[in-house]
Amino acid sequence: MPGPGMLSEERAALQRYEQMVFIRLFEDKVDALYRQGQVRGPAHLGQGQEAIAVGVGSVLQPGDYSIGTYRGHAHALARGTPAGAVLRELLGRSGGICGGKGGSMHITSLEHGYMGSYAIVGAHLPIACGLAWASKIKGTDQVTACFFGDGTTNIGAFHEAINLAAIWGLPVVFVCENNSYMEYTPISQVTSVPQPAADRAPAYGLPSVTVDGNDVDAVREVVGHAMETARGGGGPTLVEATTYRHGGHSAADPADYRSETEVASWKERDPLLRARAALAADGVSEEDLEVVTARASAETQQIATAALEAPALDVESALVGMWSDGSAQWRN
Amino acid sequence: MAQLTYRAAVAATLAHEMRRDENVVLIGEDIGAGGVFKTTKGLLEEFGPTRVWDTPISEQAIVGAAMGASMAGLRPVAEIMFSDFYATCWDQVANEIAKVHYMTGGQLSCPLVVRGANGGGLGFGAQHSQAVENWAMCVPGIKIASPSSAAEAVGLLAAAIRDDDPVLVFEHKALYGSREECPDGEHVVALGQAAVLRPGSDVTLVGLAATVGLCRQAAEQLTGDSVDAEVIDLRTLVPLDAAGVLASVRRTGRVVLVEENPGQLGWGAGVAAILAEEAFLDLRTPVARVSGRNIPIPVAKGLEAAVNPSVERVVAAARSACDTAGPAAEMIRN
Ligand SMILES: Cc1ncc(C[n+]2csc(CCOP(=O)(O)OP(=O)(O)O)c2C)c(N)n1
Ligand SMILES: [Mg+2]
Repeated sequence: MPGPGMLSEERAALQRYEQMVFIRLFEDKVDALYRQGQVRGPAHLGQGQEAIAVGVGSVLQPGDYSIGTYRGHAHALARGTPAGAVLRELLGRSGGICGGKGGSMHITSLEHGYMGSYAIVGAHLPIACGLAWASKIKGTDQVTACFFGDGTTNIGAFHEAINLAAIWGLPVVFVCENNSYMEYTPISQVTSVPQPAADRAPAYGLPSVTVDGNDVDAVREVVGHAMETARGGGGPTLVEATTYRHGGHSAADPADYRSETEVASWKERDPLLRARAALAADGVSEEDLEVVTARASAETQQIATAALEAPALDVESALVGMWSDGSAQWRN
Repeated sequence: MAQLTYRAAVAATLAHEMRRDENVVLIGEDIGAGGVFKTTKGLLEEFGPTRVWDTPISEQAIVGAAMGASMAGLRPVAEIMFSDFYATCWDQVANEIAKVHYMTGGQLSCPLVVRGANGGGLGFGAQHSQAVENWAMCVPGIKIASPSSAAEAVGLLAAAIRDDDPVLVFEHKALYGSREECPDGEHVVALGQAAVLRPGSDVTLVGLAATVGLCRQAAEQLTGDSVDAEVIDLRTLVPLDAAGVLASVRRTGRVVLVEENPGQLGWGAGVAAILAEEAFLDLRTPVARVSGRNIPIPVAKGLEAAVNPSVERVVAAARSACDTAGPAAEMIRN
């Protein structure tokens, strides 16, 4: 635990750091389990991009919505989704957050306001508009955060969604995680403007801001401001956060289309190192920082052990749960 | 009881449901002005812009927003102006809406309706005349209703809006002007219950939406041949009242499936397969199908009529099924 003398602001910053460390170690563990053949299907990991999920998560209120992509473990965890249930989902064991029906690409936790991970590029931007539209109609002060990648800015759904959000003044914050790559192709090769999201938004009358996505405090500040605007009825904002994924597009991708120097330069800008240095500069002791890492590491290990020991799923469950009453009959 | 056109029945039902449940909201193109088929006439005036939302020409945004709002507790009714346009937002329908309840382990639900004008007969051409209910029938996770008359539009649309699962309602554009007595107040037709519109003992004619009318007219003509046809309105493709069709066919031993979508993989193929699998020994002649031809829909009146199913084709199919000396009966005897 953080030292008793710590200010609440400092304590919260340390908690965010711990969450980032935990997500990093969680993803590392998924990678290792993937290599052992334990993870079913692809696993799109987010090492290097943690500051965005955590920074945004830290300014979302309970009751707010967030929604993301197949690269969505971090975004679910950042809302408080139990990591054990996420890992069991990835491994196809009982106790998985989606009952083994969603897997890595569809992690969802309604209870935590994480309204799903979607694997068709761009599809969830209109859905995010719908969440925000519902909040607007009901007159609640809920805000929706919608995460997506740079590559998503070239599909039609992105353009339809940001236009709709802009004309209706929806309480949604679009967060583009620009990691410079689609799957294997650099975004610059397929987009004429340097900032694929932020440069397009103004054409729709949607205010946009760019931010260093590897700086959790900067993300917090920029997105927090956008959220308050949205919450106060000021409409949507698009935030383009620059970042980098340390690994391949998915755990199966060696990512040899990137140079070693490029990867190394980004690893120097690792968001965890950055947050740690900021905490140290604020006077958080090396000891407190180590405690955090040790705790995240122990927790990851314990979650993995429990997940691997969890019983297999009841295969009968595959054939139910298509309709909201739990059934799946299409005919009598 | 009031005499309503099919289009007015749609508008009246939307209004009834919106009065009943404040979570029902409308979203679509030009709906505030009443919609191109006047199926939302008067609704903006009655309910205002917080219930009736005009959109840009953005089908993905329309259907996706309806999905998101339904996940957040509303009951949106989205309009896709012409059902051919589903092709522009099929991802939202087939990959998102149809899957999200199942793939999230039941966490998220989509109690929404997407409705619009389906089918041909008005000379709108290849891109505005298709009957596309069979596109949807290939995708587990969405319910499909298609009313055959004004009163049916009232009952099925009300049921669709109240259903906790996503329902696509295919209204038939050639029926919008048709008129009949519609019950006042509550009229809800349970999804998944076909209607026997005319009892008969010799052959079962099964239709959906506009082909129900073809079946009824064919049944009248067939009386001249002393053929007593039973007419069934399927009403919904999902849930499918297979038991209703099977029971009828087990009695008559003969069936003509009349579908407007192309026959190459229309809903009739699915129903025919069920009959072959479950009523084979009750069939006295092979299952007959009358469907839209397997070709794009032309504009000129005579050409379009040659592509779409017609009363003549239904009568001919039923006659041939009932001809005890004909090739169909011969096939079964051998
Ligand atoms: C409509 C669609 N096209 C293609 C794909 C295959 N695909 C999956 S992820 C991806 C790259 C997306 O890039 P980006 O939006 O930058 O997100 P990132 O993976 O970098 O997080 C592609 C092409 C898909 N899932 N959906
Ligand atoms: Mg990318």
